[in-house]
Amino acid sequence: MSVLLDHTAERVPLSSSEPQEKDVHPTPLLRVKELRVTVATSAEVVHGISFDVPKGTAVGLVGESGSGKTLTCRSILGLLPAGAEISGGDIEFAGDSITTLTRRDAVRLRGTRIAAVFQDPASYLNPSITVGAQLAEVFRVRGRLPRKAARDEAVELLHAMGLHRPAHVYTQYPFELSGGMLQRVLIAIAIAGEPELLIADEATTALDVTVQAEVLELLSQLRRDRDLTLVVVSHDLAVIAQVSDEVHVFRDGHIVESGPTRQVLRTPRHPYTRSLVDSHERFGIDHIRRQRDDR
Amino acid sequence: MTALLEVSGLRVELGHGRGRTEVLHGVDLTVEPGQIVGLIGETGSGKTTLARAVLGLAPPNSGTVLIEEQNTTKLRGRALRAFRRSGAAQYVFQDPLRSLDPDRTVFDTLVEGLVVQGGRSRDELRDAADRVARLVSLPAELLSKHPGELSGGQRQRVAIGRAMAVEPKLLICDEPVSALDASTRITILELLLELRRERGLGVIMITHDLGSLAGVADRVTVLYRGNVVESGSTQEVLLAPQHPYTRLLVESVPSLFDDEPLDSNRRGELRDAVRALELDEPVASVAGTR
Repeated sequence: MSVLLDHTAERVPLSSSEPQEKDVHPTPLLRVKELRVTVATSAEVVHGISFDVPKGTAVGLVGESGSGKTLTCRSILGLLPAGAEISGGDIEFAGDSITTLTRRDAVRLRGTRIAAVFQDPASYLNPSITVGAQLAEVFRVRGRLPRKAARDEAVELLHAMGLHRPAHVYTQYPFELSGGMLQRVLIAIAIAGEPELLIADEATTALDVTVQAEVLELLSQLRRDRDLTLVVVSHDLAVIAQVSDEVHVFRDGHIVESGPTRQVLRTPRHPYTRSLVDSHERFGIDHIRRQRDDR
Repeated sequence: MTALLEVSGLRVELGHGRGRTEVLHGVDLTVEPGQIVGLIGETGSGKTTLARAVLGLAPPNSGTVLIEEQNTTKLRGRALRAFRRSGAAQYVFQDPLRSLDPDRTVFDTLVEGLVVQGGRSRDELRDAADRVARLVSLPAELLSKHPGELSGGQRQRVAIGRAMAVEPKLLICDEPVSALDASTRITILELLLELRRERGLGVIMITHDLGSLAGVADRVTVLYRGNVVESGSTQEVLLAPQHPYTRLLVESVPSLFDDEPLDSNRRGELRDAVRALELDEPVASVAGTR
């Protein structure tokens, strides 16, 4: 099995501090309820996180290192690092609890229903196998397609990822591709099993800014065209602003603020969220754009 | 006013034998005292090579690097060592955890440059460390700690303090905040603004992220494949970029408040325009005109 398939689970809880919105989807695709995660030293690092991810939406999780956003994702994927464990709460996917799945059931869930992409694409690919073979493997294992059909599907999917000359890219090894191309390959592998939920954990952080813009666009396009539900994790509020409908702001293992992305960014209520927005206004490109708009 | 740093026509080749290629194709860059200049470029643009050349770590094939009117590319042997020891230009790395010696205390790191210069007593070093710690807002009790015991922001303060201890004229910061969390970034950027104000320090801020220096840099120089494609005041470059590559860069930076999502058609056109330029050779840039 490809390395990637091992990294495909996530959970998102409803913030307890957040006013419950009228739920138009009685059963959200993903529901994280009062999730608690404890690490080996028996210290709790995620303190009761709750959020919902309704089907078809894009939900952003923003926070700094150590805020618990990645552990939350890993809990959803059933891939907590050694020593960390879920010590409370529940994670439901399409109405069923996935908190205590057997390894076999977790493997069945990941890749076909929940998939993920991470920050450093090169480290999730086998350096000695062509990227095409690694993508076709998903079609052969998950879709049970014969070799030739798997190859055709893979080339077509590489094309859909916006890669030029997909048949040529199919034959290339990871070291021959740029970071942006590798991340497109990883996204292709992640969605090859036609998952309902895609978790993108800092998926554009290591990319150049022009390439980041293209990958963010690809994610939004996949969401539109393939009815994919997205959970986007980033330390960068502006990335979240570009792709998500709702945002949850993580800090020290808590969600400190939640709401529709635009509303949270325009009228942040929590001092921490306000400081994040302020830093963008003072030092980011919005600082200059605002001066222009004031003229 | 005499420029603090004046780089002109700089060409640098890297690699060996047949793999040797020119990575800077005749670059100009000027930094005045008390000025913060943002050097923007993506992977492979040559921004780090340019910084290394300014420090005398990457010998140029042609062109000049004048630091306070002294041509540092001509320095050899003893004169070069003396220049480096003087600490006129100092470098701050992206990742303070990797650039700081884990076995050295904060005190030893801060006075490292002064020890190399020699001729200072233990008491003088102690005073200097206290002064530098105050300058970069490091609590005195951290002087006996090791980098592993500090937060990311504190480590970057140590790295900046180490550079400032030898009272440089020019500070070159290579992605100084990109390894830091958002709230820590602000404090480090504020520190750089303060050092510039109080010390008249010239600063080159190297970054791939236009967004992180808009509120800090006075001027911006954009590098693309070893060429300066545009250079001007931060306002002018970010609000009215002239070169297609700069426009693509500006269009790609995500905004918190833009109601229109990134415009893919527009960026596609710009990308095609940039590709059409085939910028592996020196090009007529729009630099220096404003």
